[in-house]
Order: sequence, then structure tokens, then C-alpha cells
Amino acid sequence: MRIRALVVRIIRQFVRDKRTLALLFLAPLLILSLTKLVFDGRTVSPEIGLIGPASALADKLEEQNASITVFDSMDDADKALHSGDLDAIIQIRDGKADITLEGSDPSVSRSTQLVMQKALQSSAQDDLAPSVHYLYGGPDMASFDSFGPVLIGFFSFFFVFLLAGVSFLRERTSGTLERLLATPIRRSEIVLGYLAGFGIFTLIQASLIAWFSVQVLGMSMAGHIVNMLLINLLLSLTALTLGTLLSSFASSEFQIIQFIPIIIVPQAFFSGLFNLDAMNPVLQKLSYIMPLYYGADAMRGIMVRGEGIPDIQLDIYVLAGLSILFALLNVTALKKHRRM
Amino acid sequence: MDESTAVPAIDAIRLVKRFGDRTVLDDITLTVPQGELFGLLGPSGSGKTTLIKLITGIDRADAGKVELFGEPMPQLKMLQTFGYMAQSDALYQELTGKENMAFYGSLYGLAGKVLASRIQSAALLVNLTDHLDKPASAYSGGMKRRLSLAIALLHEPQLLVLDEPTVGIDPVLRKTIWNELRALTQKGVTIIVTTHVMDEAEKCDRLGLIRDGKLIALNTPEAIIEHAGVHTIEEAFIALGSSKEDHT
Ligand SMILES: Nc1ncnc2c1ncn2[C@@H]1O[C@H](COP(=O)(O)OP(=O)(O)OP(=O)(O)O)[C@@H](O)[C@H]1O
Ligand SMILES: [Mg+2]
Repeated sequence: MRIRALVVRIIRQFVRDKRTLALLFLAPLLILSLTKLVFDGRTVSPEIGLIGPASALADKLEEQNASITVFDSMDDADKALHSGDLDAIIQIRDGKADITLEGSDPSVSRSTQLVMQKALQSSAQDDLAPSVHYLYGGPDMASFDSFGPVLIGFFSFFFVFLLAGVSFLRERTSGTLERLLATPIRRSEIVLGYLAGFGIFTLIQASLIAWFSVQVLGMSMAGHIVNMLLINLLLSLTALTLGTLLSSFASSEFQIIQFIPIIIVPQAFFSGLFNLDAMNPVLQKLSYIMPLYYGADAMRGIMVRGEGIPDIQLDIYVLAGLSILFALLNVTALKKHRRM
Repeated sequence: MDESTAVPAIDAIRLVKRFGDRTVLDDITLTVPQGELFGLLGPSGSGKTTLIKLITGIDRADAGKVELFGEPMPQLKMLQTFGYMAQSDALYQELTGKENMAFYGSLYGLAGKVLASRIQSAALLVNLTDHLDKPASAYSGGMKRRLSLAIALLHEPQLLVLDEPTVGIDPVLRKTIWNELRALTQKGVTIIVTTHVMDEAEKCDRLGLIRDGKLIALNTPEAIIEHAGVHTIEEAFIALGSSKEDHT
């Protein structure tokens, strides 16, 4: 009854606040689209300079989407490489390919190398040429498909954390929390009301992001969308409870913003956006205390590797456990304002 | 008289409140019988709001105890017994006046037709009926005050705790409100109200004068005036306040 009153109030406040609604629902879609555009544009076609007559190789390279310029001398090719017109030069000497890469952008070097490798392999007409199989994903999987799931988790977390933190803080600074606590509402009812009220919006947000990234952005989705929704919702609930909890340590909206570099950004680093294998193993363990790590792990599992509930149950338990823990701490933190 | 009316509505015993090493309320003892209109009068910063918060259990005393209707405070179930109007309006700006009232009303367990009719009668009392569908952000300062008062009246509590209820309200409406408060006490409702305004103070059954956290007088307005040997509450207040300072 009192919880319902709180939920109705939160819904009404939200619906009136169009900008906040837009932030919650549209901002993640916008950023996901932008990221997709940046990382998943046209297939890159490397510019390769070829020296001397090697038309068979040129054909093979063109099959691999490279655009080929044939040079008579190394000097001309070298000039083109310096001026940025070429990504690489191939010179065939004594039946061996001698490759020079422009090399200032590692990702371009890598894709150029890959194209040349494939062309050289197929032109070798060798029975030993390996045939490659993929356990997950496939040759067409773009890097966006791999870190997109992490981004989805990140946005669910980030925006909900921010909104919940600011809303609860406002309740405190505007005096309404004190007034609320002069009514017979229980502290736990306040926390549950907030969970339910915001939960509705985070559920909508999670569904919207899931639908958009799979149907519109065409991200690879090997698993089941219901699992993805579940993880997204759990992650948002963790963000919600953590946000409200931390807001009791902030005295202004600006201080909520200060939590971003402390709480949010480190989680982004540890959640799998970047490969952590090169990091000190002890530091790597830090990721185990970060909610986003579990959310991102499960998201990637579902979307890339098609994992089902049994494979991601640890992530589910941890996220649910953290939500419950933070919610209980919230109830305790409210004691600061009213003992009963 | 049966026993329930014999129990005082408010019984505050030797209350002490400190903020840091500053004593803001010093040994306040105060009993308000049921059905009384009790006024707390004192200059800004004297401790009126702090005392109100101790009585309602919003804040905790460092020493002493409070009982409402014989029940020790703070206690969750006792929060239902009083209506509270804080000194600063605690309203949700995005919500309309009606939605604010409906929200607080349902926290006190009101619903459906009862809630709707209470909203109408409380709004009528504070003259807000025509503005119920405006968002609170579009209310003037006085209108916000009136909405807060209406919210405090909503669940028809046995005790009304009003912290400066009439600030920013025009004299005509102020008079209506005081008449209504008087009518409520005749129905047995106890009211404790803080004020700066002397003519309001004179309308109370009894007054408590607070200065620097001490209760310097506790009596009917007439008795206070007579005791101080002056003609008005205002003069009595100045006389009592300075005589206190002379001793210290
Ligand atoms: N949370 C707090 N922390 C520190 N000091 C406080 C706090 N609340 C009140 N005080 C101090 O306690 C004293 C009494 O404050 P209180 O709000 O009770 O005054 P008041 O009589 O209600 O004044 P006014 O008429 O201006 O509302 C003031 O000196 C104030 O500075
Ligand atoms: Mg005050």
C-alpha cells in the first residue's frame, strides 16, 4: 500500500521529467549507435602497393578487398607509403614476399596484414594451407560484436546509478525525506518503493536497449534475449541500490557526479572493454569486486557464446546478492535519519 | 472524565539537545493536555524547531524523554497519531497539489473515496481548491505553506504539530485558519504550533516562551502578561528575556 504510493509517485515524477526520460531511454541508444558506426563501418580495404609483375598475387589481393597499385620501382612505392597513400608495400624477391607496413595505426596494420596473409596463403597453392574454424563468432564478427555486450551492460549501470543517486539525494536535500520519515512508512518500505518504482523504468530501458542492439544495430546474438534482459535488469538493480546507498554520502548533485570517476570509470576498465591479460595478475583480481565485471561477463557469454542460465548462474547470484546487500545497507543507512 | 482524556497529549520531560558542544535545548519540561491549543513562541534560533523535532521523534534527544498519549517516543506506530507540518515545505515540485496530497494521504493509509473527500475538505480549508491541478512548482510561497498545512490535516490526526504554519499567508486567510484550528481543538484535537507572530500567540490556550534553548515562561497568555507586569505578549517577552539575562 505505502510501497504502491511511492511507486505511483516515482512514475508520476519521471513521466513529467521528459529530459530525464530521454537520458534514460535514448542516450544509451545514441551512444551504442555511435560506437557501432565508429567500430563497425565498411570493411576496411587496405591500399597495397605491389612492385614488379605478380599479377596472380594482385588478383588474390583484390579478392580480399585490397586495392592494388602496381609500381615499377621501390622508390615510387616508398614515396607513396610516406605520403600516406599506401598502407603497405609488397615486393616479391626470389619467390619470397617482402612486406613493408606503414605501421602508425596498429589496427590498420593488423587488418592489412590479415588481408595479405590470406592472399599469400591462397596463392601458395599449397595443400598444407590451413583451413580455419571458429568456436564462437566467425570470420565476419566485428570488434563491436565482442565489446558491444559490455557496453550494453555499462550503460544500464551508468545511467541508472546516476539517476537513482540524484533522485534519492534530492529527496534528502528538499526535506521530503524528513517529511516522509514523519509518516508511518517503514525504512524498508522506502527502499522497496524506490526499487520497484525505478525497477519499472530500468526494465523498460533494458528491453529497449536489448531490442535496439539486436534488431536495429544487428549485433550478434547467439543466446536467448530473455537471459540478456535478466542480466540487464539485475545489473540495473545493482546500480540502483548502489546509487541510492552512495547518495547518502553526497551532499549535492555535484558530489554525485564525483562518484563517476571513482565508482563508474574503474569498472569500465575492469569489465572487459579492454583485455586485461597484460595486467598484473594481482590487480586483475580487483575485477572480482566490481558488479559490472559480472554483468559484462554474462552479457558477453549470452550474446557471443550463446550461453544459457547454467553457464551464467554465478554472475546471476553475485549480481542478485550485491543488490540485496546494497538494499539492506540502504535500510540501515536510513537509520541516520530515523532510528525506528 | 475517562482515562484517555486524562493522559496528556504531549509529555516532554527534561529534554536536552546538543549539536556538537552547543546545547540547543536545555532541560525543557512541558506537558500539553488533550484538546489544548499550545503555542511555542521564541526568536529565531531559539530552538523551537528542534523541540518540535524531538517531540515528533524525528530527532533524538541527548537526555530526557517524550511521551505522546502516554506512549514513549520514538515509536513507529505513534507516527500515525499526529499530523506534521515542517518549517520548510516538503513538497514534490513535479507533482500537482492534489498528487502531493494523495501521496502523503496514502502513506497514512487513506485510499479511494475517503482519500478523495479528505483532499477536497482539506483543500477547501486552506482555500486551494481551484489550484489542486497545478504543479507545486507553480505555487507561490504562501500557497506551498497552505498545501503543507492541508497535508498535515489530511488524516484527521489526534495531534497537530505545526511549525510556523501561517508564514506567508495573508491576514484574512490566516484568520480563517486560526478559527479552524480552534474548531479542531473543540473536537478534542491537540495542537502545538510555533510562531513569531504576537497576535497569533495571544490566541493560544497556553504559551511556552523559549529563549536560547530555555523555557522562560509557560502559562496562559494573560498570566504571562500579568506576571511580567506589562500590557502585551511582546512586552512580556522582552521583559522576561532581559530579566533572565540580568541574572546570568
Ligand atoms: N542540524 C543542526 N546542526 C547544528 N546546529 C543546528 C542544527 N539544527 C539547528 N541547529 C541550531 O540549533 C539552534 C536552534 O535551531 P532551531 O531551528 O530549533 O531554531 P528555531 O527556534 O526554530 O528558529 P526559527 O524561528 O528561525 O525557525 C540554532 O542556533 C541552530 O543553529
Ligand atoms: Mg524553526
